[in-house]
Amino acid sequence: MAGRSRKYRVLIGKPGLDGHDRGAKILARALRDAGFEAVYTGIRRTADEIAAAAVQEDVSAVGLSSLSGAHLRLFPAVVEALKQRGAGDIPVLGGGVIPDEDLAALKQAGIVEVYTPGTPLAQVVEAFENACDRHQKGRSGK
Amino acid sequence: MNREDLLQGLKGRDPRAIARAISLVEDGDPLADAILGSLDESRIEQALVLGMTGPPGAGKSTLTDQIIAGYRARSQRIGVIAIDPSSAISGGAFLGDRIRMMRHALDSDVIVRSMATRGRLGGLCAAAGAAVRILASSGCSPVIIETVGVGQSEMDIIRLADVTTLVLAPGLGDDIQAMKAGLLEVADILVVNKADCVGAETLAMDMEAVARESRDKGGSTEVCMTVASEGRGIAELMQTVEALEKQYRQGGEHARRRQHAYDLEVLDWALELLRPELLEKIAKSGSNRTGDPRLKAAGILRQI
Repeated sequence: MAGRSRKYRVLIGKPGLDGHDRGAKILARALRDAGFEAVYTGIRRTADEIAAAAVQEDVSAVGLSSLSGAHLRLFPAVVEALKQRGAGDIPVLGGGVIPDEDLAALKQAGIVEVYTPGTPLAQVVEAFENACDRHQKGRSGK
Repeated sequence: MNREDLLQGLKGRDPRAIARAISLVEDGDPLADAILGSLDESRIEQALVLGMTGPPGAGKSTLTDQIIAGYRARSQRIGVIAIDPSSAISGGAFLGDRIRMMRHALDSDVIVRSMATRGRLGGLCAAAGAAVRILASSGCSPVIIETVGVGQSEMDIIRLADVTTLVLAPGLGDDIQAMKAGLLEVADILVVNKADCVGAETLAMDMEAVARESRDKGGSTEVCMTVASEGRGIAELMQTVEALEKQYRQGGEHARRRQHAYDLEVLDWALELLRPELLEKIAKSGSNRTGDPRLKAAGILRQI
């Protein structure tokens, strides 16, 4: 934390009709404990609601969690919604119950990292740190 | 987003520009001066700044959600600054207030911004005050400041408000005891939320007694009963807010509070702007940690 002059703000979202948010909350708490300011949207949000909240909160990264199997539809929808709101620069990370064969499709659709059950929290937190670093650099470069 | 785009976007009420502006000011970016200098002072003067405070779990965010709906029904553009504590250990924060307000997420005339206290000794008042000004300048009125009412810095933030509501709920008696010396004195409206729950009438009677005492001293404290989760009592609460705002504007109390808030913000900014230089000077004299700290501080200030 001491090495970073600015606090990173991130948004954790639960898109779709999936009500299981223990994973999302655990991640939000882990991010809090790693010095991030983590905004949580709560469950059952549309892609557009998550994008609108990400813009209002001026976050440097968005994390999505899905355990319902609808990730192939919902995660890319958030990427698209961010673009439509002029916020395509905000990186989107995803996680949840996601079959290996879907990983390539999600990456293709612009999800920068995807994590499945069993991933150590520290690894996910580091991915957020890296995504935020890159986003911040891109900003100051402009 | 470069400087011109940002300032142009702010004028055009672009959501991204407004959000960026708040972050840049909060982070002490060099652009802060240009941002804050470009604001519409007359809009800021006209806007109502409504403070919402109270113990955790009293229903502040749910009540805020209902108040947003109430003002949106009248087509008023509304801003919310929802403040949650930062972790003293990690410096991070879990910001969960907007969960209760997500039904307004797609309404471009509702701007909700979560803000962490960042464990600052000072500066929170300055950052929150600046966020209020940015939202008010973008046409939001009211701008609601929502914060847990514990600690001095939160007390200071709430004094930025034109009208302050203290949200209470039955079953939180111990918190009320703890707050008696502080928030009950500065609140204009005592809201008994969860008024359908056991203990609400007793709490309301206690609050009526507090309000009577305040009125005897020339104050104008009011009591409102609400069930925020069902939207009950919201219209009455909004009427009470408006009546008080009108009374304060006509009677000079509004101007007095704004002046007080202004001085508070200037002081907070002065200390905030001084902080880096002070830290540097303290670090420089780091090898010589002898003598009284107060005398050392006075010596450093003489050098500035």
